[in-house]
Amino acid sequence: MELLVASAVGALTAGGVYLMLRLRAFAVILGLALLSYAVNIFLFSTGRLAVAKPPVLDGYTVSDFGAYTDPLPQALVLTAIVISFGMTAVLVMFALGAYLEAGDDKIDMDGPDQPDRQIAATTPQGSESDGITFGFEPRERDA
Amino acid sequence: MFSENGLLPIIAILPFLGALVPGLMIRAGRNACASFTAIPTVLALVLLASLAPGVMSGTVYRAEITWLPQLQLSASFFLDGLGLLFAFMILGVGLLITLYARFYLSSKDPMGQFYTYLLLFQGAMLGIVLSDNILLLLIFWELTSLSSFLLIGYWKHLPEGRQGARMALTVTGAGGLAMIGGMLILGEIVGSYQLTDILAAGDQIKASAWYAPAVILILLGAFTKSAQFPFHFWLPHAMAAPTPVSAYLHSATMVKAGVFLMARMWPALAGTELWFYVVASVGLVTMVLGAVIALFKDDLKALLAFSTVSHLGLLTMLLGFGTPEAAIAAVFHIINHLTFKAALFMTAGIVDHETGTRDIKRLGGLAKVMPITAAIGTVAALSMAGFPLFNGFLSKEAMLHEASHTTWWENPWIVGALATLGALFSVAYSLRFIFHVFAGPVRDDYPAKPHDPGFGMWAAPAFLCVFVIAIGVAPFLATPVVKMAAEAVTGEDLSFYLKIWHGVNTALLMSVAAIIGGVILLVAHRPLERLWATMPRPEAKTIFDSLITTTQQVMRWLTGMLHQGAISRYLAIFVAATVVLGLIAFSGGAMGPATRDLTPVPPVAFVGWMLLMAAVAMVVLFHRMRFRALVVIGVIGLMISVGFVYLSAPDLALTQISVETVTILLLLLALHFLPKQSPHESGPARRAGDATLAVMAGVAVAALAYSFMMRDFSTISDYYLANSKSGGGGTNVVNVILVDFRGYDTYGEIIVLGIAGLCIFALMEALLNGPAGRKLRKAEFGPDRSRDRHPLMMVVATRVMLPIALMVGVYIFLRGHNQPGGGFVAGLIFSIALLMQYMASGFAWTTRRQRIEYHSLIGFGVVIAGLTGVGSWLAGRPFLTSNFGYFEIPPIEEFELATAMLFDLGVFLCVLGAVMLILYSLSRLARHAGETVNNEPIDYDPSRSVQASSSTGKGA
Repeated sequence: MELLVASAVGALTAGGVYLMLRLRAFAVILGLALLSYAVNIFLFSTGRLAVAKPPVLDGYTVSDFGAYTDPLPQALVLTAIVISFGMTAVLVMFALGAYLEAGDDKIDMDGPDQPDRQIAATTPQGSESDGITFGFEPRERDA
Repeated sequence: MFSENGLLPIIAILPFLGALVPGLMIRAGRNACASFTAIPTVLALVLLASLAPGVMSGTVYRAEITWLPQLQLSASFFLDGLGLLFAFMILGVGLLITLYARFYLSSKDPMGQFYTYLLLFQGAMLGIVLSDNILLLLIFWELTSLSSFLLIGYWKHLPEGRQGARMALTVTGAGGLAMIGGMLILGEIVGSYQLTDILAAGDQIKASAWYAPAVILILLGAFTKSAQFPFHFWLPHAMAAPTPVSAYLHSATMVKAGVFLMARMWPALAGTELWFYVVASVGLVTMVLGAVIALFKDDLKALLAFSTVSHLGLLTMLLGFGTPEAAIAAVFHIINHLTFKAALFMTAGIVDHETGTRDIKRLGGLAKVMPITAAIGTVAALSMAGFPLFNGFLSKEAMLHEASHTTWWENPWIVGALATLGALFSVAYSLRFIFHVFAGPVRDDYPAKPHDPGFGMWAAPAFLCVFVIAIGVAPFLATPVVKMAAEAVTGEDLSFYLKIWHGVNTALLMSVAAIIGGVILLVAHRPLERLWATMPRPEAKTIFDSLITTTQQVMRWLTGMLHQGAISRYLAIFVAATVVLGLIAFSGGAMGPATRDLTPVPPVAFVGWMLLMAAVAMVVLFHRMRFRALVVIGVIGLMISVGFVYLSAPDLALTQISVETVTILLLLLALHFLPKQSPHESGPARRAGDATLAVMAGVAVAALAYSFMMRDFSTISDYYLANSKSGGGGTNVVNVILVDFRGYDTYGEIIVLGIAGLCIFALMEALLNGPAGRKLRKAEFGPDRSRDRHPLMMVVATRVMLPIALMVGVYIFLRGHNQPGGGFVAGLIFSIALLMQYMASGFAWTTRRQRIEYHSLIGFGVVIAGLTGVGSWLAGRPFLTSNFGYFEIPPIEEFELATAMLFDLGVFLCVLGAVMLILYSLSRLARHAGETVNNEPIDYDPSRSVQASSSTGKGA
């Protein structure tokens, strides 16, 4: 089982990193989603794997600590899952904003980050004449 | 009990408190504003005066307010002779400046602002001279730099003012940074950051190997502040400030801070060869250079500025000599310089104010039209020149006396000769100030019609002139003060008395030579000036500017190289660096053998693993087809949830599956507005490189996870298991940890989530109101949209399910403390239930039925959780200590209520509010893009594709 979990973490990490290095915002979001799965399982596995030992007590006092799995990583991961949702949401918002303002969802800029030039560049580029179309594009590229 | 020591922090804080007032009082008029500025100064002066007798008799007052004693951080103050002298000078001149500025500032200048800055500065200066902790001193030191920046740049409309302020801040700020380093070294050598301890440990410091770096760094701070060569150039440029500022900062106080520091540190640092050669030489060079330049400046204030540079050099040199006699002379000259230089600056201000110019070439003959001003200016300038019967003479004699028998590098006469030269030029520019401004015939081409100002304006300089003459004629008056301060500087008992006539000695002859030479220089001023004009000399401002520009260019180039806009590159570097660091750490440590056995793999788990791996591969391979990738990523989330169930983590499984649902919904919503496909952009080489990096990272993480899973570990969790029921009142340990043991963490986390929600809401607002919003309104939707936007089956199903889903949410919430569940999961389940309504019945229909704003849900959640935590304060416990009890209300069986439940309610509300706000914000995009509003839940419109516009506004 440990091998399976470790390989799953590895695969999720590898996939996440690969997607994170793509050039489009959506791929990066997918990559980060994979990466947060990987991190969550990784953290969870620091409590070691245990089957059928949920940390829900069945008596008032605990005599056998071995009867339960480690609850602490679980508590940490639980909040991490929720927070990663918040993070994904903010990223999605950035991606949307960037796409709607700039007309594409590339994540790399063409040149160095220079504020004065940036302002000059975005305003005319966001010319309102070129309308955008939402929805699926013609299917020929789908294959 | 009332103690005199307790007055020190009050004195130190008074100006800062006072700084709050002028900004308000300016509404009551300019006189009220000035008066209220004077109040804290007067109060502080009175308090200080009450301590003066004690200090004069040798008491050192101390006060300490400890803050972090472990780090030696405390607000500690002390008052000895030197501190008292400076504090009196700061407050006294501050009061005079307040009066003078009232009449100097024109009605257009924002006076409230000026006085606020002035009091801030005064507080910072006072802090420097009263601090006992050197870290506190450093803070006040930086505060003087900042507040002087505000004062120099007070006339924001003048470019010279802004440039001068920036330059002053750059130079003094950089010096301050160096000084922080020096002070920290000093503190580490002594093992204490208390100034009194450091002063007592002089021998230990001088013997330390770190003495030289400490001295150099501290001197850098002092030299920049006190405008010593080669950092002297900022001071003349700071003269763009209003004259009251120049008089206060640039003659009396701020530039003296460096001198003060050298005097303060005298017992700890002075007396070594290094100290002598650095401090005395720099002082000597500065003194001569400043005096020479001052003679050739036509701007009155520039002349005074370079004269100040020269006199500060004189003081530095005296302190550099390292002998008690030189220290006495330095202290005496500090007092004298303060009186005549502040008076001269104010005179220059009056001349400028009345004639409309500060250019000496356009002045002359003012003695006849402005007799009072001329008298004041003449007295002060004669003192600056060092003529007998004025106080400047006495300290200059003392200086020449010390200089005449100082040997520099085995040369017995060079210091004396150069000091005489400096004095000679000093006489020349002082006389020029008198003769070229006040003497001569009255001119008829002054820019304004000059006459003496009102009493308010000349009162302050005249008051100072009283001291100039009084000390000059009867120096014994100043003896006790000088003795008090000089003993504080040297830490020794000194016996001396100041007098005018010491007989004919070397110093007197040097003085006479200086006066004669000065007169000759003044007579020959015109030809000398022409010579000066032809001489090539470096312009400090040009050098400074080009230095700054070069630094800027280098930094811009460096930033451009490192930060060239490609996030993917930064991320690749980051991942690669992390892998490399991990490898280094891994190869550096030793790993014990595996201690755990592999857990067996049932066939179902293996199938699940296969599914997960396949899904990951598919997401990576098909990520360009975004819709498909999204569907597949759902599979991953599902498999992970199942995995959590199998591996004894029911809470995680619940959370994961509900978060999965909302995440997919969120991404679907977003994808609606994003391109549905990614183009091929990166070539095979790049993809191969990225893949290699990704696989390396993956293998590394997998190896790490596998290695530690195979080994035993020690955990702190036994404590949680043991105390969960008895201490936290719940059997679900994970939930008890969240809401009780580590409730503070959870509190922070829900706040973060709430912030994320609000942040998205705000971003969406900005987006919709910007150009993107206009673009959206013109957007068209593709032809392949469903006509049946709100399918009947779905609407009915979701409505039937709503109460059931909500009930499940309540159930999950209530059982959370004892069984898997809790606020997080319940909040997510509620969100999903509500989201289904949005999806099925439409945005407008659902929003119309929404009673509570999601923002307020977040707010309520945080407040409830916070109040629960505060509640435990009432019981005298730390924040978020939970309590619980068992209750019985027939016919329900006995149940338990815990305050943790209330906290969980806060978590629940916050999660619900944040999730809903996020998705609600995103769905507003659709409304903005012109999506039609349905009045009825079901709006199947077969005619839509034919006649799209007719359905706008009303559903079918």
